[in-house]
Amino acid sequence: MGRLRNLLIPGVDKSLLLKDAVKTMPDLTRRRFISGGASLGALTLLTGCDVTDSFSAEEMLKQVSKFNDGVQAWMFNPDAMAPTFPESAITKPFPFNAYYSLDEAPEIEAKDWKLEVRGLVENKKSWTLEELYKLPQVKQVTRHICVEGWSAIGSWTGTPLRDFLKIVGADTRAKYVWFQCADKDGYNSPLDMRSALHAQTQMTFKFGDEILPRAYGFPMKIRVPTKLGFKNPKYVLSMEVTNDYKGGFWEDQGYNSFSGS
Amino acid sequence: MSSIAASDEQASTKAAAKATRAKVIQPAWVRALHWTNAFAMVLMIMSGWQIYNASPLFGFTFSSSITLGGWLGGGLLWHFAAMWLLMVNGLIYLALGLATGRFRKKLLPITREGVLADTKAALTGKLSHEDLTKYNYVQKLLYAGIIVVGIVIVLSGLAIWKPVQLQYLTAMFGGYEAARYVHFFCMAAIVAFMVVHVVLALLVPKSLRAMIVGR
Repeated sequence: MGRLRNLLIPGVDKSLLLKDAVKTMPDLTRRRFISGGASLGALTLLTGCDVTDSFSAEEMLKQVSKFNDGVQAWMFNPDAMAPTFPESAITKPFPFNAYYSLDEAPEIEAKDWKLEVRGLVENKKSWTLEELYKLPQVKQVTRHICVEGWSAIGSWTGTPLRDFLKIVGADTRAKYVWFQCADKDGYNSPLDMRSALHAQTQMTFKFGDEILPRAYGFPMKIRVPTKLGFKNPKYVLSMEVTNDYKGGFWEDQGYNSFSGS
Repeated sequence: MSSIAASDEQASTKAAAKATRAKVIQPAWVRALHWTNAFAMVLMIMSGWQIYNASPLFGFTFSSSITLGGWLGGGLLWHFAAMWLLMVNGLIYLALGLATGRFRKKLLPITREGVLADTKAALTGKLSHEDLTKYNYVQKLLYAGIIVVGIVIVLSGLAIWKPVQLQYLTAMFGGYEAARYVHFFCMAAIVAFMVVHVVLALLVPKSLRAMIVGR
C-alpha cells in the first residue's frame, strides 16, 4: 500500500483517480472490484488487519462457499417436494425481475427459436417450440424465492426436465446441465444433475395457464422450485449435459453456486 | 517434623488454590465462547443488514457504513461463513452450559417477585454488584432470554435458508415470509440486548474485567 501511495502524483485527488481507473475497467470486473473493496474496507475496520491479509479473507469466503455447496448437496433430498399452494395464493402481479429493465428483455420470435441440446446426450437434435409443446406437461403452483429475500407464488406449466433428459438420452451420471440464455450480456447457469432430475424441475412453457410471456422468459424457462430464483434461467437457448463446471452469470460474481432452498 | 511442615505447606497451598478458584467469576471456557460469540454475532448482524438492504421488510435500509460485504453477494458470503462459527460455538456453549450445570446454577430460578424487586432496585440505583459470581434477577432474565432468542434466530435462519429441505421448520414459523420477520425481530432483540449489555459492562468495569481475565 505504501508503495502504491508513492506512485500517486502529488496534487491529484486519489479518490478521483481511482474512480477514473475503475471507469476504464469492463463492467463485470468493475462490479467485483467494488464489491471486493467494500468488504475489504469493512473487514479492515473490524480487525485492523491490512489489505493484503484481507485478500486472503476473500479467498477464505470462496472456500467456505464451496464447502456450503457440499453441505447443501448432502442436505438435498430428491424426494422432498417444494410445498405447493392453491391457485388463490398466486401473487398478482407476479414481479418481473432481472438485472435489466423489461424494455431490455430478450424479444424472441417463436419461429426463429430452437432449443439446442449439447454435450453428453445421445440425440443432439435441436427442438422447435412446436415440437416441445407436444410433450406431456404438468402444472405446479410453487413459491419462487429470490436471492434478495423476497418471494412470490406463481403457476408454471411445462415438461419435467427429467422426462426430456430421458427422451434425448442424456447421461444422467454427468454432474451438470448447463443452460445458456438470450438475456443481454449472456446469462448462463449450471444446475447440478440431482436437482435437474428432481420431479418438480420443469421446462416451463406457460405461466398462469397462458403461453409464457416475454417478462417471464418466453419461449422457455427452467423452473427449479428447490433453488433460488437466479438458478431458474429464462429465455433459454441451449442446454448442455456436462461434467465440467462452466460457471454462471451470478455464480461467477459470488452468489453461492448450489443455492438450494 | 519435616513431614508435618510439608503437609502444612501442602494444606495451605490447597487452601490458597481453593480461594483462587473460588474467586474465578468467569471460567475460561465461558470467556472463550463469549468473545467468539460476540465476534460471530457482529459479523452475522452486519452481513445480515447487507442482505436485508437487498429487499427491505420495512421502509428503511441500513447505511452502507455499518454493513459488511459491499453488495448482496458479499453479504451472503459473510453470512453463510460466519454462521458456522456462530452455530458451532453456540452448540458448544449450550452443551457445556447444560453439562456443567452452569445454566441451572447461574440462571435459575427466575421468579416474578425477584425480577420486579431487582428491576425496582436497579432503576433507583440500589442494585448491588458486590458479588459478581451471582447474577441478579434482571440479569438472570436477560441472559436466559437472550439464549432463547439466540436459538430462535438460528432456527428461523435455517427456515429461511432451506424452506424446502427443512419445510417443517419453516412451517413452524408460519411459512417463509413469516420466518423472515421472526429472523429480523430476533436480530433487533439481540442488538437491543447488546447495547444495554455493553453500556452496563462499561458502568461496572470489574464485570468486563471478569469476562476478560476471569476474576
